[in-house]
Amino acid sequence: MTGYNFAYLDEQTKRMIRRALLKAVAIPGHQVPFGSREMPLPYGWGTGGIQVTAAVLGPNDTLKVIDQGADDTTNAVSIRRFFARTAGVATTTRTAEATIIQTRHRIPEQKLHENQIIVYQVPQPEPLSRLESSRIETTRMHGLAEYGLMHVKLYEDITRFGHVSLSYDYPVMVNDRYLMAPSPIPAFDNPKMDMMPALQLFGAGREKRIYAIPPYTKVVSLDFDDHPFRTTRAPHACGLCGATDSYLDEVVTDDRGGRLFVCSDTDHCETHRDVGHVGSEGVAA
Amino acid sequence: MSDETLLSARGLNLHFGTIPALVNVDADLWPGEVLAVVGESGSGKTTLLNVLSGRMAAQSGVVWYRDTAGRIADVHAMPQPSLRALHRSDWGFVQQNPRDNLRMGVTAGGNVGERLMAQGSRHYGDIRAEAIRWLEQVEIDADRVDDLPRTFSGGMLQRLQIARTLVTHPRLVFMDEPTGGLDVSVQARLLDLIRGLVARFGIAAVLVTHDLAVARLLAHRVMVMQRGVVVETGLTDQVLDDPQHPYTQLLVSSVLQA
Amino acid sequence: MNTHHQDRNLASQVTMLEARNLSKQFLLHLQGGVRIPVLSDASMHVSAGECVALVGPSGAGKTTLLRSLYGNYRAGSGAILVRHEGEMVDIATAQPREVVRLRVKTLGYVSQFLRVVPRVAAVDIVAQAAIGLTPEAARAGAVELLLRLHIPARLHNLPPATFSGGEQQRINLARGFIGGHPILLLDEPTASLDNARRDIVIAMILEAKQAGIAIVGIFHDTQVRDAVADRQFAVMPLQDAA
Repeated sequence: MTGYNFAYLDEQTKRMIRRALLKAVAIPGHQVPFGSREMPLPYGWGTGGIQVTAAVLGPNDTLKVIDQGADDTTNAVSIRRFFARTAGVATTTRTAEATIIQTRHRIPEQKLHENQIIVYQVPQPEPLSRLESSRIETTRMHGLAEYGLMHVKLYEDITRFGHVSLSYDYPVMVNDRYLMAPSPIPAFDNPKMDMMPALQLFGAGREKRIYAIPPYTKVVSLDFDDHPFRTTRAPHACGLCGATDSYLDEVVTDDRGGRLFVCSDTDHCETHRDVGHVGSEGVAA
Repeated sequence: MSDETLLSARGLNLHFGTIPALVNVDADLWPGEVLAVVGESGSGKTTLLNVLSGRMAAQSGVVWYRDTAGRIADVHAMPQPSLRALHRSDWGFVQQNPRDNLRMGVTAGGNVGERLMAQGSRHYGDIRAEAIRWLEQVEIDADRVDDLPRTFSGGMLQRLQIARTLVTHPRLVFMDEPTGGLDVSVQARLLDLIRGLVARFGIAAVLVTHDLAVARLLAHRVMVMQRGVVVETGLTDQVLDDPQHPYTQLLVSSVLQA
Repeated sequence: MNTHHQDRNLASQVTMLEARNLSKQFLLHLQGGVRIPVLSDASMHVSAGECVALVGPSGAGKTTLLRSLYGNYRAGSGAILVRHEGEMVDIATAQPREVVRLRVKTLGYVSQFLRVVPRVAAVDIVAQAAIGLTPEAARAGAVELLLRLHIPARLHNLPPATFSGGEQQRINLARGFIGGHPILLLDEPTASLDNARRDIVIAMILEAKQAGIAIVGIFHDTQVRDAVADRQFAVMPLQDAA
C-alpha cells in the first residue's frame, strides 16, 4: 500500500515505542509512559495494542488478532486487515502459526512458545486506579511497593461476598515487585501469564502507558492464605467441541431461554474439532 | 521508662514568610511518655507535630528517632521509604478529623486491617480476628466490623481511627487535637480510652491540644508554645498549677472553670 | 521526740521525706509582677511509720508546702528529698519523668478535691490507682476500700461527678490508700466527713502508720490531728513583699 510507512506508524514513533518497550521489559510490570499517537480508530478499540504491535512487527511476522478469544469479531477483523494492508504481513487465525498475537480480553488456550509475542490491549493500566485516584500517589505506592491497599480491596470483597469478586483484570504481582493490571482478561487466564515462554507486552493508548512481562517471569495473582486464588469457568463442556478445560462464552440462542456454552477461543475450538472431538450441539468436522 | 529518649529535636526553626512557627525548639520524648504541646491556634504546636513526625521539613534543626533496635535515625534525612514504613508500623498519627485518616468506603474491619496488610499479613481470618479484637479495645461492638464508617457517630469514628492506628502496636503516636471535633459528652469517654490504651501498651505520644484539661488528664509532661517559642515545659500538673511564664499564667487563668 | 517513740522499731528512724531550706514565692505576672513569698527556709522531715501534721493559721502556706513536697508546686530554692527505691531523690531538681515514676511507686497524695476523667465509674477511678495488681485484684481492692469508707455498692459503678462533697472526698481517700505508697501526703482528708466516717479515716491512717507508711498531713480537725499525728510542723505566714 502506498502513502503509508510500513505498519502505519513513522519510524521515529516506532523507535520511541521500542525504547519504552525495552525499558518495560527491563522492569517487569512497571508502567512506562510513552507518546501515544492518534490512530485511525477510537480509543478503547485497541490503540495502545496497535501501536505496540506496529513497533515490533517485521515483514516476516505472522499476525493473529483476537477479541474475546475470537478471530472473527469486528475489532479483531479490522485490526488484522489494518496490518495486512499497511504492513503486508501474513495473518492467521491459528495460534500455533502466529509470531505476534494481539489480544483483547483473552489469552489463547494453547500454550504460547518462546518465538511468540503476545500484545495486550489495555484500557486502564493502573491496578490501583479505583482505590486511589491520585496518579502521584499511585506512582509513589509503586515506587515504594506499598500494596497494602490492594489487599484491603480483596479483604472487602471477601467480607461482602465471601470471595474475591473480581472475575477479570484480577491484579497480579510481577517478579515479586510490581503490582500489575493484567488487562481485562478473565481471572481464568491469569495462571497462563506465570512463567510464560512468550514475551508479553501491554499497551494503553488513551492512558499512554506501556508495560511488559519478559519470558519466564513469575506472575502471582494476589490472594490470602485462607482464601487462595482460584480460577472459575462455567461448569459445562463446550457445546461445539466438547472441551471441558477451556474458557466458555455463554451464547443466547433464542428468546425462550435457550443457551449454548462454547469455547471463547475460536481457534482452540476449531482445532479441537479438527481432531475429531464433538460437543452436544456440534457437528463432526 | 528508659533513660534514652525515643524522639529528640534540637534547634528547630521554621518561618512561614515573616510568621514564626518554630523558633529554636528543642524537644525530648521518652518511651512510654505522653507529652502535650499546648498553646493557642497559631502558636506553632501543629507545625511542631508535623516536623517531629517528618511530615514537614524545618528550615533548620534536627529530629532523631531511636528505633526498636536502638539505632538512631535522623527523621528528616531518612529515605522516603523508611519514613513511610515507620509511619505505618512503629508510629501512628491520629488526626483531629477521623475522616482525614479513615477510608470511608471501606468497612471498619478493612480500615483496622489495612496496616496489618501493609505489613504483609496475608491471612484473612487472622486479620479479621485482630480487627475485631481492636474494635473491642476501643469499645466498638464486634458486630460492627463489616459496617462502613459512614454509619458511625463522630465519637465512634475517632475510636475507629485509634484502633486503625494502634493495631500495629506503635511505640510512638502523634495526636492532633484527638478530642477536638467531638461533643463534650463524648470527649470524656474518649479521653479515658486513650489514657487507658496508652498506659496499657506503654505508648509514647506527642499530643497537640489547646485544651488544658485534656493535657492534664493525658499528659505526663507539657510544653507551652507561644508564637513558635517554647515558653515553658515541665511536669503537667506543675506547669498548670504553678505556671512560671507570663503567657502560661495567662493561658491557665483564661480557662473557664466548670 | 517523746518517749513514746523509743518503742518503735528501727524502721521508724528511716527518713522517708525531707525538705531542706525550702523557699517558695509566687510571681504573678498578670497582677503587675507582684511577688508573694510563702515559704522561706523551711526544713522538715518525716520517718517511716510517722505522721507529721502541718499546722499554722489559714493562708500561712500549709497547702503550698504540701504541694511542693509532691512536686505540684515548683520549689523556689532548697531541696525536697524523697526515699525512692532505696535512694534519696530531690524532687526540686529531678526530671519530670523521674517525678512521674516516683509518684507511681513512692509518693501518694490525697487532695481535697476530686479531679478525674468524667464519666468513669468510681470503682474504676480507685482501681486505676492501684499499683502492681491484676485488674481483677485492683477492682476487688477498690470495692473493699469503698465499702469500708461507707460508699454503698450501688454507687460504685457511677461516675463520682454527681456525688456529694463527702463522697467525693472518700473516693479520693480510697484512691490515695489503695496505692500502698510508702509516703502519703494528706490535704484535709476529713474536711467534709461526719464523725463516724472520720473515725474510719483515723483508723486507716493509724493502720498505714503501723504498716510503716510515712505521712504528712494538714488536719484542721484537732481531734483527728491528735489521734494520728506524732509531731507537728508549724508553718507561719511570711511578711508580704511588694
